Amino acid sequence: MSRAEAKRGAAAARKRIAPGRAALYAAVALVCVAIIAPYAWLVVSSLSFRVDLTTVPLKWFPKKLNLENYKEIALGSNGIKASLKTGLLNSIAIAGSSTLFCLLAGSLAAYVFSRLRFRGKGAVFSFILLTQFMPMIVLIIPIYIIMSRLGLLNTIPALVIADCAFILPLVIWLMRGYFEAIPRDLEEMARIDGCSRFGTIFRIILPLSTPGLAASGIFAFIIAWNEFFSALVLSSTLRSKTISVIISEFSSKVGVDYVAMAAAGVVASLPPVILALVFQKYIVQGLTAGAVKG
Amino acid sequence: MRTADAFVAGAPRPRRRLLESEGLLAFLLLAPSLAVIFGVLVFPMLSSFALSFTSLKLTDPKSGGFIALGNYAAALKDPIFWASMRRTAIFAVSTVTVETALGVCVAMLLNQKFRGRAFVRGLVILPWALPYVVNGIMWKWIFDANYGALNAALTQLGIIGDYKIWLGDPWTAMVLVIFANIWKETPVAIILALAALQSIPSELYEAAAIDGARRFRAFGSITLPLLKPIILSLVVIKTIWALKEFDLIYIITKGGPANGTNMFSYYIYQHTFQFLNFGYGSALAYLLTLLAIGMSAVYMKSLKGGLDVES
Repeated sequence: MSRAEAKRGAAAARKRIAPGRAALYAAVALVCVAIIAPYAWLVVSSLSFRVDLTTVPLKWFPKKLNLENYKEIALGSNGIKASLKTGLLNSIAIAGSSTLFCLLAGSLAAYVFSRLRFRGKGAVFSFILLTQFMPMIVLIIPIYIIMSRLGLLNTIPALVIADCAFILPLVIWLMRGYFEAIPRDLEEMARIDGCSRFGTIFRIILPLSTPGLAASGIFAFIIAWNEFFSALVLSSTLRSKTISVIISEFSSKVGVDYVAMAAAGVVASLPPVILALVFQKYIVQGLTAGAVKG
Repeated sequence: MRTADAFVAGAPRPRRRLLESEGLLAFLLLAPSLAVIFGVLVFPMLSSFALSFTSLKLTDPKSGGFIALGNYAAALKDPIFWASMRRTAIFAVSTVTVETALGVCVAMLLNQKFRGRAFVRGLVILPWALPYVVNGIMWKWIFDANYGALNAALTQLGIIGDYKIWLGDPWTAMVLVIFANIWKETPVAIILALAALQSIPSELYEAAAIDGARRFRAFGSITLPLLKPIILSLVVIKTIWALKEFDLIYIITKGGPANGTNMFSYYIYQHTFQFLNFGYGSALAYLLTLLAIGMSAVYMKSLKGGLDVES
């Protein structure tokens, strides 16, 4: 076959495949648009002036950018936009502490299920995994009563405790998977060299499972950040309201200030969205492990 | 490493003593996790079971007496309860079916080779990562009767003549809430189905191709059977999620219009935290839990079945 012939052949092959490829790319494009469009509209709305958003027929691209709302959220000292900043700080504190606690307590528990032997281990483990399926709504009434007796209503610890109960089972499951992959010989040797149990956990096992800690940590943070129901019920003052709770009030209080609402939404979504997009590999691991084996 | 093994094997080793203390050590290491899980899950679980047999009402200080199955009987007699159950069923069946089917289809699409595949696969995570509340206000704004993007897009495309009050009609409100849920929850189905597809060895397809199987046959006899466990998991998990759906309803419709989107979880919330009827609310919540536990039992069982097939 001459080179010219080969070229013609390849071109013909490409032509034959072309309709299929075109359909494939069209379908992929459709998926992308379906995912991006609603969120993009939220972002565009947050950067528009009200006048541009309320014209009929609607213009999809604003003529001028409006950064006022973001400025007010960042610098405002009173009013609902300033309360967003408090909500943001509360959310960071709550999601951050929940993540830290779940990583520490979850790793220790995962170590138990991976390395130690005791009676009823399997039953305890299945039980912990099963708790994930409990609907929050059945627990929230007693939790509300307990927290109010302990004087913890409207405090950050109350929300951290509630979040942890739901995140822990997943972290335990994920971390156990990572621990199982670490060869036991390493610990045996360390123990012979005089390293204590705790020493092997903190000097060998945990450092070797950094990817697992990262995956579980990111997962835990996003779940805690997005949690709404328990935060709604357990906090009625700015002391512990999360950004989600404040936005939910925003939508009814401010009523028609769509631009401000959209800006608040974008701000609240940035931490989990950025984390998820940057660390997508970990998220995929977490989701598959949590659901397939849960 | 060999020397270490030999040493361990040869020595009378302190291993026995260690084994005996493992139960205690296990308990110590598990304590923080178990404390939280018992405090927030197990104890409340039992406590709300007890509450569900009382008439506790926060607005009435004399309430709280034991009324046996009174709350459960009241729920089963309440037509609004049954209406909310029916809506929950409609919501669950439609979201679960569409999300699972769409998830598998998109996963098969993203399993093909094309340019920018890694980017698109990453993008799929976006709706999952969005906070529920932000998802709610985003769609509420899009569905807005006066300035919403849905009205704007449909009129500019010439599909509808005038702006419509989408959330003013019980049925369209329900359809739109279902739509918002599908947008948010399908990514999980896509990610799980894609992970399952990637674990199918390509040799299987090559062998099928050699045997002269057409693509469609290969889908029916290779892809679908191997996807079955994940589809089963998706159906069960998503049904439980649908039973729990609260955030979207709370943000977009508050159960309205005319209770048109008032589903089980929101109905429980209303009775508990708006009417402060803690006893009745607990009974309702327990009914929901029984449903969820039933579903997860099916899930665990089907998973075990799936594992047996694998091994």
